[in-house]
Amino acid sequence: MRDRRILAGTAALAAIAILVCGAFAGLVAEGAGNPAGALAAFDAWLWRVARFTLWQAALSTLLSVLPAILVARALFRQRDLPFHDLLLRLFAVPLALPAIVAALGVLALYGRAGLLADAARWTGLDGWPSIYGLSGILIAHVFFNLPLATRLLLEALETSPPDEHRLASQLGLGERATFRFVEWPVLRRALPGVAGLVFMLCVTSFTIVLTLGGGPAATTLEVAIYQSLRFDFDPARAATLTAVQIALTALVMAGLERAGMHAADINAPLAVTRRRHLSHTAASRAFDAGLVALAAIFVAGPLAATAIAGMSADLGRLATERAFLQASATSLVLATLAAMAALLLSLALVAARRALELRRGAAPRGVLEYLTGTGSSLVLVLPPVVLGAGWFLSLRGRVDVFAAAPVMVVAVNAAMAMPFVVRAIRPAYDAASARHEKLSAMLGIGGWSRWRLVDWPALRRPMAAGLAFAMALSLGDLGVIALFGSEAVQTLPYLLLARMSAYRTEDAAGLALLLGLLCLALVFIADRLGTERR
Amino acid sequence: MKERGKGAAVVLDKVRFAHGEVPFDFDLSIAAGERVAIMGPSGSGKSTLLNLIAGFETPDQGRILIAGEDVTYAPPAARPVSMIFQENNLFSHLAVAANVGLGRSPRLKLTQEDRDAVALAIERVGLTGKEHRRPAELSGGERQRVALARILVLRRPVLLLDEALASLDDDLKGEMRSLLSGLLDEQEMTLIMVTHDRDDADVLAERVVRIQGGRVAAT
Repeated sequence: MRDRRILAGTAALAAIAILVCGAFAGLVAEGAGNPAGALAAFDAWLWRVARFTLWQAALSTLLSVLPAILVARALFRQRDLPFHDLLLRLFAVPLALPAIVAALGVLALYGRAGLLADAARWTGLDGWPSIYGLSGILIAHVFFNLPLATRLLLEALETSPPDEHRLASQLGLGERATFRFVEWPVLRRALPGVAGLVFMLCVTSFTIVLTLGGGPAATTLEVAIYQSLRFDFDPARAATLTAVQIALTALVMAGLERAGMHAADINAPLAVTRRRHLSHTAASRAFDAGLVALAAIFVAGPLAATAIAGMSADLGRLATERAFLQASATSLVLATLAAMAALLLSLALVAARRALELRRGAAPRGVLEYLTGTGSSLVLVLPPVVLGAGWFLSLRGRVDVFAAAPVMVVAVNAAMAMPFVVRAIRPAYDAASARHEKLSAMLGIGGWSRWRLVDWPALRRPMAAGLAFAMALSLGDLGVIALFGSEAVQTLPYLLLARMSAYRTEDAAGLALLLGLLCLALVFIADRLGTERR
Repeated sequence: MKERGKGAAVVLDKVRFAHGEVPFDFDLSIAAGERVAIMGPSGSGKSTLLNLIAGFETPDQGRILIAGEDVTYAPPAARPVSMIFQENNLFSHLAVAANVGLGRSPRLKLTQEDRDAVALAIERVGLTGKEHRRPAELSGGERQRVALARILVLRRPVLLLDEALASLDDDLKGEMRSLLSGLLDEQEMTLIMVTHDRDDADVLAERVVRIQGGRVAAT
């Protein structure tokens, strides 16, 4: 009896394979068609760009993870701080925000025309420095990743055995000794994975570097790919850059895998807090509170600046503008389609993995089961810009590249969101299957009846959560549309970028506020659906 | 299949099944209408034996015959066998009546006749008035009785119990045993039950089959 679920999973894998192979075909064809050009691209400039890519990622990781250790520990120890849970919620916000919105928020606060520069001028200080370049990139990356790392490390701390804490306070171990013997061991185990994840996100960061890099001195591989395709018309160089970027991310992913972390782990649920026996002095409490307050201000700053700058824009005019309405419609349609496609792919993969697991019993896991399981998140080795660039090269000269924009946005965003949707629905699917698989088999409940009676009731909520998250991800993505966008096909992030480039800062701020709120609302819904019990 | 069974004979003919490292060899014959308890240490293969009869596992070698018919490769739903597990016998999002109704139609398309049969079965296990409750609103004993009501509407000649009473406390166990033996008398089903509880075997079974190390040690 051939299981239809396995067939569906194989079809989903085939669809992903087509997407990946199409991109590789473009690279290989370009390299083979113009080997001299591709080789010539391995020049000093490329190495400088590659070095800068790694350098900014390393610095961003350091600046995010080191403070995160202290903030996570402070949040862990001082859970009766006022606004403790609110802070955890605040720390979930940056991740829900499209990168371009965050970039604008950082500019609106720290930029030359930003709120801080205004305040400095008002107090008589002139000559506020420009933040374009490494400093802007680092601020934005830390804005994203400090809260992420804090949440992940806090989750690790929550796994430290309560008994050891009780023992530590009973033995009168000071805070220093408690940290060394109880907290540090769990942190040390989590750190390679957390740092690797942050590093990965920074190596593949495109939008931040594009909008805050400010020039050739601060360019990463992904931005260089975009520039060689959209501005220099140098496809051979783009192919070489893309190959280097793939090699780089593959290396980082391999490291992550060894650290036991998956790239899809970033939408980890909020840590649940339990009572623990923790002793602390008034001084350490004040220190922790100050630390947490600093982190909160750092995260809340750009958010507040986005809101303030956005409100001062003429939102009424903006919201009725033709370009805005068109871009919104395009964004919503494409994001909905991408989210649906991601959901279908994920369902097929999750069901197939479970069916394969059931069929093999105690036998070792096969290749197909690996691919439909953790293997599917390997698609994250290819960030949107890279997949897009490969296809751009494949399609170039055969069809009108810009007419392919909608298809490319939907396909690439679907593949990109798939690992996160899988993460959202797999636990529910596997649990429902564990409870009901034998019962369904005995009663002969299969096909559509099984979906209606068994799977749908169990998956409804996680599916809606995955859908909302995928939609937010797709709505905020600038990677693919930056390559394929044109006057004819514009999404909201694309329109935002266009307004920024044309120095229509007020419009950009207004758009950022609207887009940010939309994505926040979606992620909020996803979070509620994902955590609430029926 | 839905005909009222007079019980059916179950034969495991030199069945061999390798579950990971441990090989199981079962050669066993159970007469129509006979009531058998399968006992033995944990890990000895008791549940595997039931899973093979129910069709959740397929043997590597040998044949399984039920009512004289070779069902070795038949899917679970096509075998004249019904089964109650220790837990998870019900769909948690469906009400009692729907859970029982699935025994009449796996699509839950019920005719008036089906509905009457469901109501009768629910009455027989003493749950009238609780048709619209969800499993979470029932006690453990009531949940097992819902499963029993479904067995009644399924009307398959062989009943398998996999530690079906194990999670109930002593009073409930006694109640369930007498309910079960009454139903077995009425329907004349073949019973094959895996249990750890000597009392289960004494009250419900005519014969005890001991399993040890993946084979039948004594019957």
